[in-house]
Amino acid sequence: MDHTAYTKDMFEKVKRDEYHADRITRPTISYWADVWRRLKMNKLAMTGLVILIIIFIMSILGPYISKFDYREQDWDKINLRPNKEYWFGTDELGRDLFSRAWLGTRYSLLIGVAAALIDFGIGILYGGIAGMASPRLDAIMMRIAEVVYSIPYMLVVVLISVVFSDAGSGTSMFVLILAMTITGWVPMANLVRGQVLALKEYEYSLASESLGASKGWILRKHIIPNSFGPILVNVTLTVPRAIFAEATLGFMGLGLQVPKPSLGTLANDGLAVMPIGIFYQILIPSILISFIMFSFNVLGDGLRDALDPRLRQ
Amino acid sequence: MAKYILKRIALAIVTIWAVITITFVLMHSVPGNPFATENRKIPENIMENLMKKYGLDKPKSEQYIMYLKNIARFDFGESMKQDSETVNQIIARGFPVSARLGVQAIIIALIFGPALGAIAALYQNKAPDYISMIISIIGVSVPSFVLGSFFVQFIASKVDWIPISGWGEFRHTILPSIALALMPLAQFARLMRSSMLEVLGQDYIKTAKSKGISRFAVIMKHAIRNAILPVVSILGTTISNLVAGSFVIEKIFGIPGLGQFFTTSVFNRDYTLIMGVTVFYAMVLIAMMLLVDVAYTLIDPRIRLTKEGH
Amino acid sequence: MGKLLEVKDLAVSFQTYFGEVEAVRGISFHVDRGETVALVGESGCGKSVTANSIMKLLPMPPAFYKSGQIFFEGEDIVKKSEKEMQKIRGDKISMIFQDPMTSLNPTMKVGKQIVEGIIKHHGLSKDEAKKKAIEMLDLVAVPQPEKRVNQYPHEFSGGMRQRVMIALAMVSNPELLIADEPTTALDVTVQAQILDLMKQIQDKYGTSIILITHDLGVVADMSDRVIVMYGGKLMEEGTTHEIFKNPKHPYTRKLLDSVPRLDMDRSESLHSIAGTPPDLYKPPKGCPFFERCDEAMIICKDHMPEKEYHTNSHYSCCWLNHPMAKGATEGSEI
Repeated sequence: MDHTAYTKDMFEKVKRDEYHADRITRPTISYWADVWRRLKMNKLAMTGLVILIIIFIMSILGPYISKFDYREQDWDKINLRPNKEYWFGTDELGRDLFSRAWLGTRYSLLIGVAAALIDFGIGILYGGIAGMASPRLDAIMMRIAEVVYSIPYMLVVVLISVVFSDAGSGTSMFVLILAMTITGWVPMANLVRGQVLALKEYEYSLASESLGASKGWILRKHIIPNSFGPILVNVTLTVPRAIFAEATLGFMGLGLQVPKPSLGTLANDGLAVMPIGIFYQILIPSILISFIMFSFNVLGDGLRDALDPRLRQ
Repeated sequence: MAKYILKRIALAIVTIWAVITITFVLMHSVPGNPFATENRKIPENIMENLMKKYGLDKPKSEQYIMYLKNIARFDFGESMKQDSETVNQIIARGFPVSARLGVQAIIIALIFGPALGAIAALYQNKAPDYISMIISIIGVSVPSFVLGSFFVQFIASKVDWIPISGWGEFRHTILPSIALALMPLAQFARLMRSSMLEVLGQDYIKTAKSKGISRFAVIMKHAIRNAILPVVSILGTTISNLVAGSFVIEKIFGIPGLGQFFTTSVFNRDYTLIMGVTVFYAMVLIAMMLLVDVAYTLIDPRIRLTKEGH
Repeated sequence: MGKLLEVKDLAVSFQTYFGEVEAVRGISFHVDRGETVALVGESGCGKSVTANSIMKLLPMPPAFYKSGQIFFEGEDIVKKSEKEMQKIRGDKISMIFQDPMTSLNPTMKVGKQIVEGIIKHHGLSKDEAKKKAIEMLDLVAVPQPEKRVNQYPHEFSGGMRQRVMIALAMVSNPELLIADEPTTALDVTVQAQILDLMKQIQDKYGTSIILITHDLGVVADMSDRVIVMYGGKLMEEGTTHEIFKNPKHPYTRKLLDSVPRLDMDRSESLHSIAGTPPDLYKPPKGCPFFERCDEAMIICKDHMPEKEYHTNSHYSCCWLNHPMAKGATEGSEI
């Protein structure tokens, strides 16, 4: 060892207070900033978000951009291919498909989001009550939820649409949303119940151990991130499921009431003209549905990954 | 174990009863009478006869008991719109067709879905991962009716050997099976990928590696065996979702399955047929879910014990 | 007896989103045949990374060997291919992990898990393998081995599972057993039984053991030599006796203060070490213990002390060993 390089003052003892030792070297990032950072890193999820924003804006503005009203029939211009005047072409009745497609997107989105929000509301209520109720009531409520959930989703949706719609003219928006939510709330209720039970655990551990953390801190650090994340993901993934169900209904002839278009009824109309060699009429709503489904799915996935602290690195 | 199965059977029966009741209540709350939907007027005496034939002149409670009794004997009554055919006959005709389509689709999905997911997980963030994830993203994003109509447009109408519609030979089943399979295939792939990633991070995988067995043996014997469990657990729900897909696929490819009859009955407001097919579907699906759940307890040794313990 | 394992200037890092995390930063030590060496330190000090790098079980990437060699029976493990490593793993070097609840495959019978390795290495027939599995379960004192061999891990208690893990690790009679916190997840009473069992097996087979632990209490009973690790570096090494009787490094002393002893005065309190280990994403230039050391000097911050040998077998890395350090020498005479 080369001793000459060191001076005596280097061997003075360091003075410092206790606090110093607890300093954490890595910068701490707030939970949501971190979630957002990770979401931004996920290119697929961001693509989904951008597509979704574009589709959302177009579903509002689209019908106004077109020169034609979505109901306006022009019998001289039926089944036109996309052209300068009719950007997406016209349908069997000579209606402008551009305004119909975006209006259909609007209604499909509306149904999807409304169904997701109602599922969310019922789920919070039912799950919250079950979680806080006595174990006995909780068990009964969960058994009921289990039975409701075992009823095949699509059968109920079809059945309700059949009962509450007029033959030939389709189903009202209200009935469609009712049909989608009548059994759809169960996963959300299960989720909320689980979170409430976890919350009880936290309170218990807080009371019995007094960890020195404030209630607000635990709420911010544990409860909200832990429960809000899965719920948000669930809502995000419910939207495409409802849109898909509506589209399937529309395809079965149980879609939204005429003359209102939805993506499902538009696809159904498109299928009808496929045998006579017209493909674009089914292509346009198909692409829109696929993009919406894609965006919600990748966004939901991205959120789930971003919210999972185990992946933090 | 036996207790668990009995419990599950009891729950299944309750669920089927709930479906029957809901169906009955809904169908009988339709405003007006079922024969009045057509535009032409039906003479009063004929109408009375019709009401009598379908038991609609009796009080609702009596009709309900009757309906339950009939279903207990697997008698779904007569179709209101298809003359001289019972719902049972229609089911007997349509179900085997739909079942074949469904089984073929599930087999395709079960062979390729988990394999795709496992490959994606093993090559995480590399080309195979991206490719299989693109396939599965397309699978969950593109509704089966879109895929079905694309198949008709670009394959069936171009390739002579593959027909556009109809049923009977194997070649009729190829496109509809694939179109129906893609959604569950994609779901399996996604689920398999995430559960495989989780399993690969488990300690017992490290234990397996520390024994010096080959990478292949670690993956086949330790990783996949455990990672596939979540896939099996959603199989019941997947089969149930397949039904919705089959309604659509049968319509596109003109397949004379139960889904086609159901869609037509919905369109014609053939109430006995709607009720019959709904209840029948519910019974089949709930039975399937029960089977899957029981099968699951057989392949996961942990569940076997915990259920026995209670 | 010669050196079985010799680690020379080993450095292992992880490439992460934030940058390189230097988990192990140039460590050297050796293990002789038949001896037990304890690698002691807090969680996050790099001891598990060291253990896994001997087995080449680190996920690569993100992990990579930055420098150094690991000689096992004279051959450098760092240079070996995956195929070559598979021949060594489970046959010559085995490993026991911390949590017996998660280290066994839940869907495979324990008997099969025990003999899976030996079937690969020595090609046993089905009957031989089953006999071997029962024999191993008997060796690790699992009661009713004939019945237990066909059970699944969840049917075993934590202690019993760790016995199964030991059976699994010992089945090929390895030269070296790496035990990564083998008793941490167990009840105190069970801990003693497991340590006892490991000692018995070592006596019988003459296996060398690397015992990784944060608990110096475990070390006293088991090991011949102790290596103290902190912040990815080795702080002190000596025979168990030297480390316990004459600890040189302030960190070693702190570790010893945090172990309860029977001869302790009731008024004496147990000491915890304030603060947390350094973040190895940006490791300190000087002594890694600087931030938490009560005796830290200005030089410690930016200069890493060199090894100072106190005896042939005992060294420490601390500036207090330096002749210019005040009061450093008190009580350090042997």
